[in-house]
Amino acid sequence: MNEPQDTDDLSTAAQTVSVTVNGMRTQHNVLPRTHLIDFLREDLGLKGSHLGCEHGVCGACTVRLDGQIVRGCLVLAVQTDGRQVETIEGLSDSGSIRDLQQAFIRHNALQCGFCTSGMLMAATELLQTKPQARREEVREWMSGNYCRCTGYQAIVDAICEVLAARESARHAGAAA
Amino acid sequence: MKAPAFSYARPSRLADVLALLERHGDDARLLAGGQTLMATLNMRLSEPALLIDMQSVTELKGLQVSGKMLRIGAMVTHSEIEASILVAQHAPLLTLAAPHIAHRAIRNLGTFGGSIAYGDPAAEWPACLLALDGVVVARSLAGERRIAACDFFTGLYATALAANEVIVACEIPLAPADQRVAFDELARRHGDYAVVGLAASAQWTQGKLDQVRLAWLGTGHMPLRSIATEQVLQGQRLSDPLLALAVLTLRNELQTEADLTHSAAAKQHLAGVMLRRCLKALAAPAAATV
Repeated sequence: MNEPQDTDDLSTAAQTVSVTVNGMRTQHNVLPRTHLIDFLREDLGLKGSHLGCEHGVCGACTVRLDGQIVRGCLVLAVQTDGRQVETIEGLSDSGSIRDLQQAFIRHNALQCGFCTSGMLMAATELLQTKPQARREEVREWMSGNYCRCTGYQAIVDAICEVLAARESARHAGAAA
Repeated sequence: MKAPAFSYARPSRLADVLALLERHGDDARLLAGGQTLMATLNMRLSEPALLIDMQSVTELKGLQVSGKMLRIGAMVTHSEIEASILVAQHAPLLTLAAPHIAHRAIRNLGTFGGSIAYGDPAAEWPACLLALDGVVVARSLAGERRIAACDFFTGLYATALAANEVIVACEIPLAPADQRVAFDELARRHGDYAVVGLAASAQWTQGKLDQVRLAWLGTGHMPLRSIATEQVLQGQRLSDPLLALAVLTLRNELQTEADLTHSAAAKQHLAGVMLRRCLKALAAPAAATV
């Protein structure tokens, strides 16, 4: 359906998008100009991904595309045809980041909460890809996500605590 | 803001991309990783009639050694380069530079070819391609041609790429065993565009610098080498007097331009700091990880 056609190359009309969101396959007609976050929020009612700057600077719109974090505002909904999207709703319901969420609460790593879903998405990929990250690496990794409330210390504290806890759990598991 | 209305096509063959581009000319825009293009669309700095998404074109993907060159498909992402053992072995400058590019979520989609085609003077890959004497492989319906990096960047966001051409890959000469590389940049926040950055490479022959390449980012309207400074270093052993002479030569040579946050004079000074750091890293016996 996205193959080029001589007759109507320049139609700006809606195109059919078939995408798996949080494990559920869904099919929608979407205008090419609609970015992924507007599609998730307005068409699918998934309001957990937030729209901040809308040009890739703030990170509030961070979601997963085919298992990797991306800026949802810098991806068109039509680009996700045939692909997998995961939002904070799916990640949270999976239970896989309960420790991270609890650490955020314990450390007061959120106040207004606007950046939090993006922070959790970004931190999750850090936990998966750099399980032994040092504090400095955590700061660098999270530098792509803005928070206007907390001053970042508490967020970095929370992530470092989860890194350490998961690391010692792995050691305990290996020793057992 | 929201992007203006446009049409969208996702061909799966390069031939179809080229045909669409030929047919629609300036009205069409190629969509690689979209990490710059999408932002400019959202800000309505760009209003193409048609986006040609290249994500499904397998001919533009993949990293491989081909003869004496490392070939990087245009659609290879920054994250793929960052994680590639092939790149670490044959073009270690790229491995050093990759973490400086924006942030993880952007590196996961942004592409090598997209960065080269955009030719941002503050971006990492154009400077690295210059420092490594890389080649851009461009194709149109008329055929394929190779453009040396030193001829490719022609001005502010301007390149030698014709309107009907697509970058299919970039090729970088395999790093010889005695190659030394260094990369460093200053940014206000990690991952932001460079205030000043330097991609450096040299051969290290019996303690002397040979074939020094110094490619600057963030200093002016295009990625640029400082040839006079390279010549001062040619065939020399690194010493404090040589460092001082190199910095002096650079100050006379490098024409810096102010940006929103830094004056030309500040950039001039910072370039000297970068030069010292990178030359010391080049001289360090282990891999130069600045």
